[in-house]
Amino acid sequence: MHEFRFEPVRLPAAAEALRGEVRAFIAEEVAKGAFTPSRNSWSSYDPDFSRKCGERGYIGMRWPKQYGGHERSALERYVVTEEMLAGGAPVGAHWVADRQSGQQILRYGSDRAKRTILPKIAAGVCFFGIGMSEPDSGSDLAAVRTRATRVEGGWNISGTKVWTSGAHQSNYLIALARTSPKEEDRHAGMTQFIVDLSHPGVSVRPIHNLYGGHDFNEVVFDRFFVADDMVMGEAGMGWKLVTGELAFERSGPDRFLSTYQLLVESIRVIGPDPDERCANEIGRFVAHLATLRRMSTSVAGMLERGAQPIVEAALVKDIGTAFEREIPETFRHLIPTEPTLGDGAGYAELLGMSILRAPGFTIRGGTREILRGMIARGLGMR
Amino acid sequence: MSEMRNDLLKTVDRIFDEHCPKPARESAEAGEWPDALWRALEEVGLDRAALPEEAGGSGLDFEDAMLALRRSAYHGAPVPLAETMLAGRLLAAAGLAVPPGALTVAPVQTSDRLRFVQGAPATTLSGTAHRVPWGNLCAHAVVAGELDGKGMVGLVSTSGAARGVDKNLAGEPRALLEFDATALIALAPLKDARARLEAEGALYRSVQMTGALERSLQYCLQYANERVQFGRPIAKFQAIQHMLAVLAGQVAASSAAADAAVEASRLAPDEFAVSVAKSRVGEAAGKGAEIAHQVHGAMGYTREHNLHYSTRRLWSWRDEFGNESYWQSRLGRAVAANGADALWPMLSRR
Ligand SMILES: Cc1cc2nc3c(=O)[nH]c(=O)nc-3n(C[C@H](O)[C@H](O)[C@H](O)COP(=O)(O)OP(=O)(O)OC[C@H]3O[C@@H](n4cnc5c(N)ncnc54)[C@H](O)[C@@H]3O)c2cc1C
Repeated sequence: MHEFRFEPVRLPAAAEALRGEVRAFIAEEVAKGAFTPSRNSWSSYDPDFSRKCGERGYIGMRWPKQYGGHERSALERYVVTEEMLAGGAPVGAHWVADRQSGQQILRYGSDRAKRTILPKIAAGVCFFGIGMSEPDSGSDLAAVRTRATRVEGGWNISGTKVWTSGAHQSNYLIALARTSPKEEDRHAGMTQFIVDLSHPGVSVRPIHNLYGGHDFNEVVFDRFFVADDMVMGEAGMGWKLVTGELAFERSGPDRFLSTYQLLVESIRVIGPDPDERCANEIGRFVAHLATLRRMSTSVAGMLERGAQPIVEAALVKDIGTAFEREIPETFRHLIPTEPTLGDGAGYAELLGMSILRAPGFTIRGGTREILRGMIARGLGMR
Repeated sequence: MSEMRNDLLKTVDRIFDEHCPKPARESAEAGEWPDALWRALEEVGLDRAALPEEAGGSGLDFEDAMLALRRSAYHGAPVPLAETMLAGRLLAAAGLAVPPGALTVAPVQTSDRLRFVQGAPATTLSGTAHRVPWGNLCAHAVVAGELDGKGMVGLVSTSGAARGVDKNLAGEPRALLEFDATALIALAPLKDARARLEAEGALYRSVQMTGALERSLQYCLQYANERVQFGRPIAKFQAIQHMLAVLAGQVAASSAAADAAVEASRLAPDEFAVSVAKSRVGEAAGKGAEIAHQVHGAMGYTREHNLHYSTRRLWSWRDEFGNESYWQSRLGRAVAANGADALWPMLSRR
């Protein structure tokens, strides 16, 4: 029978102890005035905060100690990430490196890549971007045209990546490029490279988003040299690798907690004695959230057991991102506010930023339609 | 899944496969008592599956009993299995003996009150209970209420109490029971008896709806792969694929919410988890049934196709023992009263 099972997961005592630690750390930082939770999302860049996370062992948690990691479980890592998100911590600088790039390097990187890069990621001082999308390759990732050609001791990369979040603030990208011409099997002949953005031959230009913010970029490579030991896995394995990377990208609580701060602040504004309609909507969101969290911890449990919950992660992301998008759409009715771009405007600003960011939730990391296609495949329909 | 659980599933599926053919379902909807099916359930002890062993249970744990209930709903079995389980659990919790046979519970509607009246020589029951599930066909009802401000559970005979029988959308009988100084067969205190009946009823309906949703998805996949239009199975159309991806999401979320509530309610219903489950699964029921019918075209709108045995149950069960709004409001009020900053600590403790 075509059925997705989300087996329950019991969080180990060690994870619960860690939860207390992380919560206390965040409270301390907030008390010091280091950040304001309601003004953050998981894309908020704050290298100071990332360094502190590194010092405390909250990055690279599952990796071997040899590479600066902490040999903790997937469930312990899960608890740290969800506490960071729920606490509104500015985790954006190290998020991608911790969530996916570091995992990739650990699995497929050369010895030098592991030795030189992973400890810095874990220390919270080395940041990564995702070099997948291109002008002519969005959902259809296999259409990438960035090309790498063989040269003495490595590869020369030429081509253009777009929507590269945080490239202007990152040290590296993992970039997907074509290393042999397209064949019958359009998934063959691609390779992932670790790209050092401080090297010559690459330029990063801002692409401003709809509200004028600078998150994503255009990244242009012109005969950019990558040494052989910065190839991930083997040349030609790129499709398999990028699919695995996307599973990490899609599997976490960041896919349903993007507007959690707005939910919390809305409950605060509504107050302890809500009218029927407000009570109803709050209850509905909490019911959805509790359910999503259970499904998401279950995915973490699958990762812990070494499974590759690709379809399950797609399913949680699909319903999780729909949930995130509904929060501003509902509370704008319950708390009549004109949303604003104004700095420091409190609730109106938080509502405004949630509305403006919402369209990206169901696009980034694989669009809703692509995810539904994956679920349909899991159901045996494709 | 444990081997024991697997065996249980096989037995349960076999019984329902054997005893729920279309004629049996139709005659149950016509008002006949599904005798053969019920006896087959009793034979393997499913009617007692949710009881603790010392109260005559069949030695299954609560999760297993709820799995059996979910499968009964998957098969659209027209029997008061949930009601019998619920009634038995209330009696057992109050330390009372569980009589043989199918049982129901009353009152099931939020606005109904039954009064226990202390008298000489014995306490009696008075009042009206609307839409009691299977109330006309079960010999006994387990009733919950208060006496002197204390929660009580009682056992009464339904003989002569039925004043009329309505049906829910699935054709399951819903009876109007009237008690007038009716003698109680047994009576014992149980803390918050009435609230417990309501919450446990909501839990069972959530489990049942999950089973009916699973069946709806299964019907859809089967139909989409068989039905050919424009020269190919409709499963090949992206619009159909996306609808069923959404349905699969609703099914998976229902399953997660119902499982969480079952786990938290082994001994007594857990208010938070049950509120989440009845809200979440109730919402999925409406959305899921809509998709299931859209995928089936006119065929799904017929009596002949079996889809309606699942969807009519979804449309009924979501409104029984409190609809989504009712449970969402309760949950929302509790969350608001605790304050915004208490939400995460509360969620993460689950
Ligand atoms: C906020 C944000 C941050 C991002 N950050 C990064 C990043 O750091 N690195 C990176 O590489 N990329 C990044 N992206 C890009 C993202 O991965 C792509 O936007 C996404 O994969 C979709 O590609 P596209 O935008 O070209 O849309 P398209 O693929 O052109 O899609 C347009 C529409 O067509 C639909 N569509 C496309 N194909 C199909 C199909 N087969 N069936 C049905 N519908 C289809 C899509 O669902 C969508 O609705 C980011 C995007 C956003 C919004």
